[in-house]
Amino acid sequence: MSNTEIKTVTGTGIPLMFDDIDTDRIIPARFLRCVTFDGLGEHAFEDDRQQDPGHPFNQSQYQTASILVAGRNFGCGSSREHAPQSLMRWGIRAIVAESFAEIFFGNCGSLGIAAVCAGRDDLKILADAVERDPSIRLTVDLQTLTATAGDNSVSVEMPDSVRDALVTGEWDFLAQLLSAQDQITAHSATVPYLNGFSS
Amino acid sequence: MSDHRNLFNRVWDLHTVRTLPNGQTQLFVGLHLIHEVTSPQAFEILRDRGLKVSCPKQTVATVDHIIPTAGQARPFQDNLAEQMMSAIERNCDEFGVTLLNLDDNRQGIVHVVGPEQGLTQPGMTIVCGDSHTSTHGAFGSIAIGIGTSNVAQVLATQTMFLRRPKVRRVIINGDLAPGVYAKDVILYIIQQLGVEGGVGYAYEYAGSTFDAMSMEERMTVCNMSIEGGARCGYINPDEKTVEYLRGRPFVPDGEEFDRAAAWWLSMASADDAEFDDEVVFDASVIEPTVTWGITPAQSVGVSQQLPNVRDCAPGEQKLIEEAIQFMGLAEGSPIEGTKIDVAFIGSCTNSRISDIREAAHVVNGRSVADGVKAIVVPGSQLVREQAMDEGLHEVFETAGFEWREAGCSMCLAMNPDKLQGREVCASSSNRNFKGRQGSPTGRTLLMSPAMVAAAAINGRVTDIRQFEVAGV
Ligand code: SF4
Repeated sequence: MSNTEIKTVTGTGIPLMFDDIDTDRIIPARFLRCVTFDGLGEHAFEDDRQQDPGHPFNQSQYQTASILVAGRNFGCGSSREHAPQSLMRWGIRAIVAESFAEIFFGNCGSLGIAAVCAGRDDLKILADAVERDPSIRLTVDLQTLTATAGDNSVSVEMPDSVRDALVTGEWDFLAQLLSAQDQITAHSATVPYLNGFSS
Repeated sequence: MSDHRNLFNRVWDLHTVRTLPNGQTQLFVGLHLIHEVTSPQAFEILRDRGLKVSCPKQTVATVDHIIPTAGQARPFQDNLAEQMMSAIERNCDEFGVTLLNLDDNRQGIVHVVGPEQGLTQPGMTIVCGDSHTSTHGAFGSIAIGIGTSNVAQVLATQTMFLRRPKVRRVIINGDLAPGVYAKDVILYIIQQLGVEGGVGYAYEYAGSTFDAMSMEERMTVCNMSIEGGARCGYINPDEKTVEYLRGRPFVPDGEEFDRAAAWWLSMASADDAEFDDEVVFDASVIEPTVTWGITPAQSVGVSQQLPNVRDCAPGEQKLIEEAIQFMGLAEGSPIEGTKIDVAFIGSCTNSRISDIREAAHVVNGRSVADGVKAIVVPGSQLVREQAMDEGLHEVFETAGFEWREAGCSMCLAMNPDKLQGREVCASSSNRNFKGRQGSPTGRTLLMSPAMVAAAAINGRVTDIRQFEVAGV
């Protein structure tokens, strides 16, 4: 089974140039009291927004943004998929950051969010362009590994495995894993602790 | 045949089902632990696709995050929490998964329960929809936190996909000074390597400092690997590991135990094992450590001062300034003496019996400072029972602490236990992120349980080394 092919993401941007933004800030724990992910979008960055009226997620010019430009170690902290889910439901389709925490990055891959890395100076070029003109169109191109804002184009990085999965639409990992059922069964017969530790 | 592999690669190779077309590894999962927060959507995916739980015997659930630790009568007052409880009960029932529920004395924080029950064993792959799954690495397993989509994948196939990380050996040799605990060791490592230092790596903790640690101390270290960016951390199994596991409910007995023990020990890194990277620290320089900021790397020895912003690397200044401002502290000021409002002893980092004993030792015969709210939340019902058999609850209650039921409590405050407003909390937990303890403006100082206890007594951050400890 295939999902949508994600080759490029185009839209307006939202700058959030801070480092070490953790998942508790993206979606505070009290909003995890839910049995579905519905409705998480409106609570993205809820507490940061309350404390800072100037927070980009509060500003009207960024409300239709789909590409987030962020700093280093974005999404550190908990494994909660609620974090990328809330960003996605808010409208984010791609994140360009200096680096990502691993579990968050993996969760983005599961959801088809294009999470790519760029150098700090390049990020600043993108963030400045968005701040100057919030209506400017950004494009994250996974085929050429570039992020473009108007005339400015910078190169971005993404591990081949994740890029290939998104570009070919093969990011329904559940279906892929399921297709190896026979191998899984055979494999479990070789795991010592499932077989009385006898060799 | 010479085999220079480290434990991580041995366990990885043993569990490799195949390489996926995208180059990632499909890895067999030995143990899948579940809790109420990150699982309901995963079970929903199974229902949507008409799938079953592939290996219900390798799957164990408990409840910990949303449960109240005082007044657990059902239905819970919080309707949303009640819904989540009903969901995990229904899901486990429908899909045939064992649930260690509130009426089962094996219930507790998922990372306390796994080792306690002997579910966690060396040489396994262990996953859970929770980032502190790294705790289980203390036994010499690959233990990693996963997201909810992954939880669904593991439920349905008992496998997951992952890129093989590199392995860094973190070596610390030497004795820890009195008053310095496993918590201080891991806070020090994170301070030195940064919150991002471990991204792309599994950490092997090696050296005489870790060899000398009890299994519970090793769990404290591995627990916080993720705070240093490493998705997992582990310590090679040794005789202590074997003895810890002997007689636990999910561990085999008799001859099979002997076979198990021999196999567990055989998984340890070879003496000449190769690593992608290595760092070495000296145990003697580690002090009781306290965080002053909003990431677990923003810490100092208790006798030291907060940084001066202008002395920090230009790239760090913004973050440090933001942290100092949020915390309401002054740059260059000593952390010792910082006034606290709340003292929290609990969480999967430090809520085991040894932690509670250490804290009780400090508290014994003293009283909580006026105006400080102090709570002790054991990590599991069995820890709680053990502590009560030893009379430790009385030590705490006499001093003015509240003695609670097992759960995550104020570690993340998805339950009624929360900071209020700008309160400052001395906490034995693992995260000092903004808002982590339930109040968006609440402030957290991470430290060892003994240091939390001392802070509760004095109402201020206190150097445990200068705190005269009366015998229990
Ligand atoms: S105690 Fe805290 S860190 Fe541990 S599992 Fe519970 S919420 Fe997560």
